[in-house]
Amino acid sequence: MTPAIELIGIDKRFGAVHANKDVTLSIAQGSIHGIIGENGAGKSTLMSILFGFYAADQGEIKVKGQPVSIKSSSDAISHGIGMVHQHFMLVDPFTVLENVVLGAEDGKLIGPALAKARQELTRLAQDYELDVDPDAIVGDLPVGLQQRVEILKALFKGAETLILDEPTGVLTPDEADHLFRILGQLRDQGKTVILITHKLREIMAITDHVSVMRRGEMVATKDTKKTSVEELAELMVGRRVLLRVEKGKAKPGEVVLDVKNLTWKDRKGTPRVDNVSFTVRSGEIVGIAGVSGNGQSEILELISGISRPTSGQIVFEGKDIGILGDPRHVREEGLAHVPEDRQHRGLIATFDASESSILGWHYDETLGKGFRLDRQAVISRCKAEMQEFDVRPADPLLTSAKFSGGNQQKIILARELERDPDLLIVGQPTRGVDIGAIEFIHKRLIALRDQGKAILLVSVELDEIRSLSDRILVMFAGKIMGERGPEANERELGLLMAGVTEDAA
Amino acid sequence: MDLSLIAEVLASTIRLSVPLVLACLAGLWSEKSGIVDIGLEGKMLAAAFAAAAAASYFQSAWLGLLIAITVSLSFALVHGYAAINQRGNQVVSGVAINMLAAGLAVVLGNTWFKEGGRTPALPVDARFMPIELPGARELAGVPFLGDLAKIISGHSILTYLTVLLVPLTAWALAKTRFGLRLRAVGENPHAVDTAGISVARLRYQAVIIAGILCGVAGAFMSTSLSAGFVRDMTAGRGFMALAALIFASWRAWPAFYACLLFGFLQASGNYLQGVHIGGFEVPVQFINLLPYLLTVVLLAGFIGKSIPPRASGIPYTKDR
Repeated sequence: MTPAIELIGIDKRFGAVHANKDVTLSIAQGSIHGIIGENGAGKSTLMSILFGFYAADQGEIKVKGQPVSIKSSSDAISHGIGMVHQHFMLVDPFTVLENVVLGAEDGKLIGPALAKARQELTRLAQDYELDVDPDAIVGDLPVGLQQRVEILKALFKGAETLILDEPTGVLTPDEADHLFRILGQLRDQGKTVILITHKLREIMAITDHVSVMRRGEMVATKDTKKTSVEELAELMVGRRVLLRVEKGKAKPGEVVLDVKNLTWKDRKGTPRVDNVSFTVRSGEIVGIAGVSGNGQSEILELISGISRPTSGQIVFEGKDIGILGDPRHVREEGLAHVPEDRQHRGLIATFDASESSILGWHYDETLGKGFRLDRQAVISRCKAEMQEFDVRPADPLLTSAKFSGGNQQKIILARELERDPDLLIVGQPTRGVDIGAIEFIHKRLIALRDQGKAILLVSVELDEIRSLSDRILVMFAGKIMGERGPEANERELGLLMAGVTEDAA
Repeated sequence: MDLSLIAEVLASTIRLSVPLVLACLAGLWSEKSGIVDIGLEGKMLAAAFAAAAAASYFQSAWLGLLIAITVSLSFALVHGYAAINQRGNQVVSGVAINMLAAGLAVVLGNTWFKEGGRTPALPVDARFMPIELPGARELAGVPFLGDLAKIISGHSILTYLTVLLVPLTAWALAKTRFGLRLRAVGENPHAVDTAGISVARLRYQAVIIAGILCGVAGAFMSTSLSAGFVRDMTAGRGFMALAALIFASWRAWPAFYACLLFGFLQASGNYLQGVHIGGFEVPVQFINLLPYLLTVVLLAGFIGKSIPPRASGIPYTKDR
């Protein structure tokens, strides 16, 4: 059978970055084809070229055996290619119908197209479990439903091949399962699905074939049935990686952090953190799981002193730090914070690495007296940290933004551990970090725990929470739904993340 | 106060509102597409000067209007080029247009006409004159209906055109393909781009509409409302229109009403001169101040929550 899509010798450069090197890929009709690779491996670039967002410098694209020229998204759409982007391409104040119709209005007036779309949506809802209220305002819908609207948009425009870029990043495990069911049905009805992801588990669960990219090159294409997670990980990174985090039993000591009835209300008076209590002891890692936006970020901000609690106490080594409401004082008490949003809170993108590496400690006496900042001291300190944390390139004068996500994270982690804190709170330690660096960061966190540090970990990656934590707290809508051990199964945690407790289930 | 005075004030309200409504609709089209337009004032002023100069030279109001639209449009295209192609700061570009227009009008006016920045007073033939609606004269003596006729009749063709433009704009934005796409590009240009529609083209179309409307607004000021151009004659109306737009939360009908409110304050200023309140004469300056005071109050955000198009003012680049 002729493949649905063939990419032949695709080459693309962005300035000095060689994003795709002579990439050749063939996608079978009626299959789900996974593309994996680390951040920056060139997956998204390749798909953007197929969808007409960028033009390839060289190479050929064939759709159903016919060579085609795809210069814009509208060319791609007219060849039956649809794409669901990682950041949704939706107009929030529009209704679902208006979003679906945009770009496929079929005439000067939109009335007839809206009516047609309404019918079509009913049909698609029946065929593929794609139910969504056509008159809802898209901005009011939860992300899972917004994603469905994206899929509906593509199908309404006649997509035969659907590209999904990291579709499960924003979904609960339950929503992800539903998405996979939808994709399965699409395949069964003869559609072709291309799934870009960095989650190996998803590849194994749903795809028929899988292609691995590394540094802009296509390194292998395999039948999913004939490969393994270990083999794929090795292909992605180019060396053997340890996927399982190896750790011994925790030896928890005294309570370091004691959060009591913590509540924080936003400006509208809605409690975003709602009467939360928990403890973290020395020598243990406590993980907070949950779909993003359920109060975890707020907890991090409260404990680190960025915002002040509405009520409740945050007791750190016997002292209420909640009332300080000031990150500098909190840090001086011996608490370190690796913020969730690396780009905005962790470092300053335009600063060089050595400057980013002293943020918050810039007044340190060893870095200069009085008004003066001793640049040499700053640089040599940064250099030492870079060596200890294996930051690449180990260049303190390189602009922070030029480091990869993993290396930025290592710079921040090094800075935060400089003062030998008793408690480390970490948000999304490995978001946008490649596998090699994930391994490094995970090992480091375990080592800290074994040194007797207390660690509070917030992550939306359930796998990460499960493999690192000694105790797991699950948050939903600002409340802690329950505590589980690391052996808790994914389904149980998933239900808690969706706000379902045992009594209700 | 008798009925006929009220009618006079209301008729004047309509006249004074016309440039505001036109500028406000111009701002609406532009900002709905995501292009912030601080330069309404400058475009209107340039158009007012161009209209008066051309009308005086050719002795034709219509040629004046055409030249005014051309001038305003070229300013709009400069703004479009800066904002869309060069991804410049739209506020800076708008401010530049305002300064350029204010300076050019005076310098060119002085050079050409040597009347201290004024243009020569236009004769009746070179202006848009009031049109008597059929039946208005017959109703003149009838109580109430006569006053109503006084309000509605006797405006220039541009006024009637402007009133038609409001429902047309509201309808086009809500019901047409162009309107849907335009609203989308002001909210999320990425969504428009991935739907295979050109962001730049849509935004240029919006900027062009804004240019044309400001051109009409300027021509109305110097060839219908007045009989010639005087220095700084737009007197901040472009900014009042922006305030009205914000007040109306970027919707056509509410924007129309907001402009009428501004127009009413201006009109009453003209009729309230020498009014006594509690034995004191209200200074004329105070009454003339009211529309500007309202502008400040509205812009300071004292009135409700107003949601601008989300992508407004942000240059579009493919990468996010």
